[in-house]
Amino acid sequence: MIVDSDNDLERQIAEWRAYMHRRRELLHTDAEELEDHLRSQITDLTAGGLRADEAFLIAVKRMGSLDELSREFAREHSERLWKQLVLPGEPDAHAGRSRRELPVMIFCAAAAALAIKVPALFGLDISGDDASFYVRNLSLFALPALAAYFAWQRRVGVRVIGVLALLFILAAVAANAYPLAADSQSLVLTAIHLPLALWLVVGVAYVGGDWRSDRRRMDFIRFTGEWLIYFVLIGLGGGVLIGFTIGTFDAIGLDAEEFINSWLLPCGAMAAIIVAAWLVEAKQSVIENMAPVLTRVFTPLFAVALLAFLVAVAWTNNGIDVQRDVLILFDLLLVVVLGLLLYAISARDLAARPGLFDSLQLGLVVSALIIDIMVLLAITGRITEWGFSPNKTAALGENVILLTNLAWSAWLFLGFLRGRMPFARLEHWQTRYMIVYALWAWTVVLAFPVVFGFA
Amino acid sequence: MHITKDLVAASATPLVLGILAEGESYGYAILKQVNELSGGQLEWTDGLLYPLLHRLERLGHVESAWKTPTGGRRRKYYRITDQGWAELVEQRRQWVTVVDALRGVWNGTQSIKPIPAPALEAGR
Repeated sequence: MIVDSDNDLERQIAEWRAYMHRRRELLHTDAEELEDHLRSQITDLTAGGLRADEAFLIAVKRMGSLDELSREFAREHSERLWKQLVLPGEPDAHAGRSRRELPVMIFCAAAAALAIKVPALFGLDISGDDASFYVRNLSLFALPALAAYFAWQRRVGVRVIGVLALLFILAAVAANAYPLAADSQSLVLTAIHLPLALWLVVGVAYVGGDWRSDRRRMDFIRFTGEWLIYFVLIGLGGGVLIGFTIGTFDAIGLDAEEFINSWLLPCGAMAAIIVAAWLVEAKQSVIENMAPVLTRVFTPLFAVALLAFLVAVAWTNNGIDVQRDVLILFDLLLVVVLGLLLYAISARDLAARPGLFDSLQLGLVVSALIIDIMVLLAITGRITEWGFSPNKTAALGENVILLTNLAWSAWLFLGFLRGRMPFARLEHWQTRYMIVYALWAWTVVLAFPVVFGFA
Repeated sequence: MHITKDLVAASATPLVLGILAEGESYGYAILKQVNELSGGQLEWTDGLLYPLLHRLERLGHVESAWKTPTGGRRRKYYRITDQGWAELVEQRRQWVTVVDALRGVWNGTQSIKPIPAPALEAGR
């Protein structure tokens, strides 16, 4: 009889375990931890006189509903399934919504693609004299549609929608109200910084208005990396498509170039922004996150390259030749290093102990810092000599912002490697720092043209 | 007696840290101790203890290790860190303030019979 009920109990526990494993929120070790709890509870209850099956029922009941449980786990471990934004068990009617997901995405993509053709109705030619109009406004064609898509999908409140709309209007005014000459530095700066500023606005929609949450900001960082990869992949495919279109039409004596330049390329690029975002959301579970994988591959390589550079500088005693573009180059280097750091953080198991890869990462950050300080020292002299131009000020400002971020990251990293600080501190620092990027990008767009007299 | 969800949630972190301050432990034992300390009044949904423990681990307040006691099941043990101690001290300071303030209110209110200090302090 006892043997029978023991077998029965094992079968019931096995069923329960299988049920747990079906939940993607719960890792194998989580299920094991919970099973240990269940068994301890059952042992105590049977010792108190209950039959095995009764004890099992009570223990399972006390464990709490599985939906609630996996929701809590998902909330705590958002790195495991950051794309699953509607947490299980929360407001239903999601099925109908996901069926409408594809049409809404196509609608948004079409809106973005057509938006870029609207100015042409008013006689603004994309490839002719009005190119500077398109350069200024490029981000204003697709990003509002993307923000709208996320606003719909996350069901954000009216207030957030209002804020989003205001920011986009502000951006449109800033891009067009200032009298910027087609060859001015300010125009180029606006063209670079407006997309950045608006991308962070899209981020507000992406996190469903919950922009204060660190974990949700980290989700947006993850999303950005994956989105970039999908966008580049779509771009490569588009290049192949264009090549074939030109070649095949050429073979029958028709020139397709006009159509491609004024329709396929601009509309395709705008639509690709939306489609890439949708792909990241929809196909997350099909393809593993790419950004962390690339980070793993390139962190050692970049570390070696930077160390080699430092050794070469020390060996030859050559100073850095401060050409005009050198500051931009080193800004980009810092961006790459920061990207490698961010995507290593984004995929890391926060509770794991420091390992070799972390030391490597610290080495990479520190050597980038040393190189950048050398560049800054070399360049300060030139700026004091020649004065500030919009370009130089922007490049310098970016450099300082990135340097500050990396310097403090290196410090936190060191604390982590020596076991003094939890890794979460580093993640927290990075997500908090996003506000600095937003402020800077908006400052460049809104204040720089005025400060420098539209130069 | 039913204790509201918010109150249970607010007291969960200091309770868990306080229990771990007495030595390393595992989920089921922690829960049993919470039960004993509150005389069975504080009802937790068992499963929800684990996400809390994982959160404390992520924040660096506790650390964990899988161990297999002789003749037993593999089990995940949690231990409080130095930072966890600091957090516990801070939480305790806050709770003492709250409890003191409440006591003042209870004493001032005539209609409610004064009750002895909550069992909360017993766990320390």
